[in-house]
Amino acid sequence: MKTRSLLTGLALAFLTSTAAHAGDVRIMWYSDGVEGEVMKDLVGRFMKENPGINVILDNVAYSVIKEQLPVQLEAGNGPDIARVTAIKELSKHWLDLRPLVKDAKYWDDNYGSQADWMRPDGSNQISGFMTQITLTGGYANKTLFDQAGVPIPGPKATWEDWAAASKKVQESQQVPFAMAIDRSGHRITAPLLSYGANYIGSDGKPAPLDAAAKDYLTKFVGWAGDGTVSKDVWVSAAGSTYRAAADDFINGQLAFYYSGSWQVANLATKIGNNFDWVAVGSPCGPAACTGMPGGAALVAVKYTKNQKDVATVMDWFAQEAVVKEFSERTLFLPGNKAVVDKGGLNFKSDNEQAKAALNVFVESTKTTSEAALKLPGWRWSDTVYAAIVTRIGQTLAGELKIDDAFTRIDSDIAQKVKDAGK
Amino acid sequence: MTTPSLSSLLLGPINAVMRIIDAPLRRLQKATGIGGMAAFFLAPNMLIFGIFVLLPLVINFVYSMTGGTAFFLSERDFVGGDQYSRLFECQNYLDPMSCQEDAFWTAVGNTFWFVVLQVSLMILTALITALILNRELAARSFWRAVFFFPVLLSPVVVGLIWKWILQRQGLLNFGLYQFGMDPYTWLTDRNWTFAATIGVSLWAHMGFYALIILAGLQAIPKDLYEAAEMDGTKPARVFWRITLPLLAPNLLVVVVLALIKSVQVFDEIYVLTGGGPGTSTLFLTQYIYETGFASVLRNPGLAAAASILMGTVLVVLTLIQLGIGKRGENKGKR
Repeated sequence: MKTRSLLTGLALAFLTSTAAHAGDVRIMWYSDGVEGEVMKDLVGRFMKENPGINVILDNVAYSVIKEQLPVQLEAGNGPDIARVTAIKELSKHWLDLRPLVKDAKYWDDNYGSQADWMRPDGSNQISGFMTQITLTGGYANKTLFDQAGVPIPGPKATWEDWAAASKKVQESQQVPFAMAIDRSGHRITAPLLSYGANYIGSDGKPAPLDAAAKDYLTKFVGWAGDGTVSKDVWVSAAGSTYRAAADDFINGQLAFYYSGSWQVANLATKIGNNFDWVAVGSPCGPAACTGMPGGAALVAVKYTKNQKDVATVMDWFAQEAVVKEFSERTLFLPGNKAVVDKGGLNFKSDNEQAKAALNVFVESTKTTSEAALKLPGWRWSDTVYAAIVTRIGQTLAGELKIDDAFTRIDSDIAQKVKDAGK
Repeated sequence: MTTPSLSSLLLGPINAVMRIIDAPLRRLQKATGIGGMAAFFLAPNMLIFGIFVLLPLVINFVYSMTGGTAFFLSERDFVGGDQYSRLFECQNYLDPMSCQEDAFWTAVGNTFWFVVLQVSLMILTALITALILNRELAARSFWRAVFFFPVLLSPVVVGLIWKWILQRQGLLNFGLYQFGMDPYTWLTDRNWTFAATIGVSLWAHMGFYALIILAGLQAIPKDLYEAAEMDGTKPARVFWRITLPLLAPNLLVVVVLALIKSVQVFDEIYVLTGGGPGTSTLFLTQYIYETGFASVLRNPGLAAAASILMGTVLVVLTLIQLGIGKRGENKGKR
């Protein structure tokens, strides 16, 4: 009898340790800066207000979100909620929250403008909301510019102006590179669009690289060749692997760094008082002075077994007050329309440079081009980004000539479109 | 009353089980003979091997005959040998850029040179290390531990350690700077990076192979060396005529293991170089991983085809080596 009881107890313990509890909601979360800590705090508050729901926050590296989550989702697994950036590409895996949330109108009114970015084409699904809106843009090392006696180029300065000014600073201050752009197709798309490039063909599928895109990419490769642009970050991996050049900027090795608004907290924390830096928006090209919008979204995964609890969690985190607090504490630009419209965001930072940088990014949203606004919701944008990064990376490493790179970019994209159609 | 001994207590349950299975096993042996009994005892192992090795191999082969980006086989279209034709579509195999899947052929070329250089250097350095560690050295156990220590490290840790040493603002450049020399970009120069991958791989795995060779050295009877010494044989002749021939079985094991490991090279190099600069350290396993799992619009079919080809090459190479080893053994017997 004793043995039987013992075995029954063991079996129960095993079952309860492996099966998901009713009321458990698992969130897969990654952090660029301090948002993991803020989220942990908010999750604690949510659970106090909703004692029946146990939220488990799994903090993971961005590479897990990028490489492992898609595989889990394809297999019908994954967390209940995830913070992701490939929101359109994976949209078939998101749960439709429309019938589950308390007030679908609130979601449409406040998150409607980005809803298309994260739902399958042609649907009116509510998949989640943007935890932050990001915009690509540049940062200048003000101390280096001042020491070199080179004025920081103004708001209408072109990419050529920035290259020339940064080069002067590099030579004067003996830093390894004048400029750097993250190894990312999303980042390099901003100057391509400013040069007038268009990725979208008349049939909605990717168009071949046009003259404007080739023009900027040729300049970019030339700048890497003469040491104006850091090629280190671009040759430091094969394929479309993402690499940020933030550390070079933080270490005072760069005059100008092109990345995005999500770096503000990171730069503020790590640079501290080492030198002065300013956000400068996106340099201009012949067609525009645009940055690339984007961001990360908190989305519900359709394979969850706790749809109702997931919707409760999503409703709570999408509230205006919570979004406002999250943005103020993380120094992220909010995605909630009411929060943006009402203004009055009091970013929680003692760092005046960070506050000024955030204002520059808010201002820069006004010059974001129509073409740039379309891309986050376009199915093929990641495919184009990946092909550009892969082939331009090879060109900078001396493996390809620029014209061959253009041919390969077009054929890579065509092959991917063909593969996806099978 | 006598107290039962510890051994009888431990053996008791085993004997009980033996008594229970004895009768059915005897009947089975009568019915199937000795061969049947061998199959019976091998069955559990073969079942595990079948589930975890053969079945995935078959599934992988089936995947290689399908197309599309979906993961589930039921959602994938049968495309026959299309993935293999795509991999082999090439004007000149020595010029990867003339191939449709240029990254695959670049990875094949890189892996080939990595295997040739790394395995040769590995055997050489492991042999030299083992010969030195087999001598009467001061603190011999300490030195053996020192050479074996990197084997215990996780590949990711190995990659990160060497990244911190070799990167532009790394330890090596700091050292060079202290001696008044210019820093160098070790991880962004194609040739240096390739050399670095071989060096790091040697550092990380050499201790393991040296240990196998050391075990072989210690198994060689001492009297052979004493006889050679009494005959006044020169040390070089002793090495070529006694040590090396008697070490051959261990060296064969080392060659087979080192070869398989070097063809499968991935983790530490992925962390160290990410396959760059460009594609100069892109190896086959990384190509398969990125094609199947990490690229935008993944292509599991193409990755499966590449892995089947890689597996086939490995099997052929292993069979050749085992054949050579067997011929050597037979020669020795004659």
